[in-house]
Amino acid sequence: MKKPTVTILQFPGTNCEYDTVYAFEKLGCKTNIIWHKSEEIPKDSDLVVVPGGFSYGDYLRSGAIARFSPVTNALKEYADNGGKVLGICNGFQVLTEMGLLPGALKRNNNLHFISKHQTIKVIDNNNDFLSKCEVGEVLNIPVAHADGNYYVDDEELAQMKENGQILLQYCDANGNPTELNGSVEHIAGVCNKNKNVFGLMPHPERAMDFVLGSDDGVKMLEGIIQK
Amino acid sequence: MYWIVYKTDKDKRMKAIVNVYLKNGVLDPQGKATHHALNSLGFDNIESVRIGKQIILELNSNDIESAKKEVKEMSETLLANTVIEDYDIEIVK
Repeated sequence: MKKPTVTILQFPGTNCEYDTVYAFEKLGCKTNIIWHKSEEIPKDSDLVVVPGGFSYGDYLRSGAIARFSPVTNALKEYADNGGKVLGICNGFQVLTEMGLLPGALKRNNNLHFISKHQTIKVIDNNNDFLSKCEVGEVLNIPVAHADGNYYVDDEELAQMKENGQILLQYCDANGNPTELNGSVEHIAGVCNKNKNVFGLMPHPERAMDFVLGSDDGVKMLEGIIQK
Repeated sequence: MYWIVYKTDKDKRMKAIVNVYLKNGVLDPQGKATHHALNSLGFDNIESVRIGKQIILELNSNDIESAKKEVKEMSETLLANTVIEDYDIEIVK
């Protein structure tokens, strides 16, 4: 079987691109990192990842300037044609700024940069990303962000719920929803209506080895690369 | 919303000042923390605090109408995220 090809975007200030390479290569994928000046997404890409970091120093707003990089036109076209896109942390912020995902990410309610292992609950697995996880399953995945406070208005939230676009929620070890950063309904991850663009604040690519605290990221990322 | 302000000095360039702040109804955590801090300093006469940012543009034109149009477009496209933020524009001529 042909190895899935994962294309990882790199902006000035991106810092999770090599963790992302490590994670997907561990799962048997071919990876390539492309610089944000590129005006094309490689045609053989099975998945494009917008990785974590601090693109453009988070100036103006997290992800606000990266969304006007040359590569984002190609990214939008790729997504509009049904290509799979995953935004992790700063990547999630870039995708909301681009309008590929609904809502926006604000400063954490407690104003702190939150960096720790966090339990998150799977709300919906009727999508490629979480198809290897059970609904209600609790995963241990690191978070590291200052602007992870997900906001969406009530009307859009209701539509997202109806379409199964709410994917992950911060919770305690028993799966009870828990306050982390002020997100509406403790949302940690969402997808678009067509279920080909995914975004989450936690870092599954940092949870690939049990010796490093958790390997729960494996089943998340395995889902998104299957055909 | 626009305000046009006329300066008294003879500075050549026209300026646009864009104020960006979180929409009403969107919780402003920085404003809330600052409100608490002001209260604890004894300033009790405050209903609410909102924190925004101010972006000052020096323009290469002196035409108010085209500046209004252009700065509005800049605000909608980049300077504000209209999902969570409102903005207003002051033109200083």
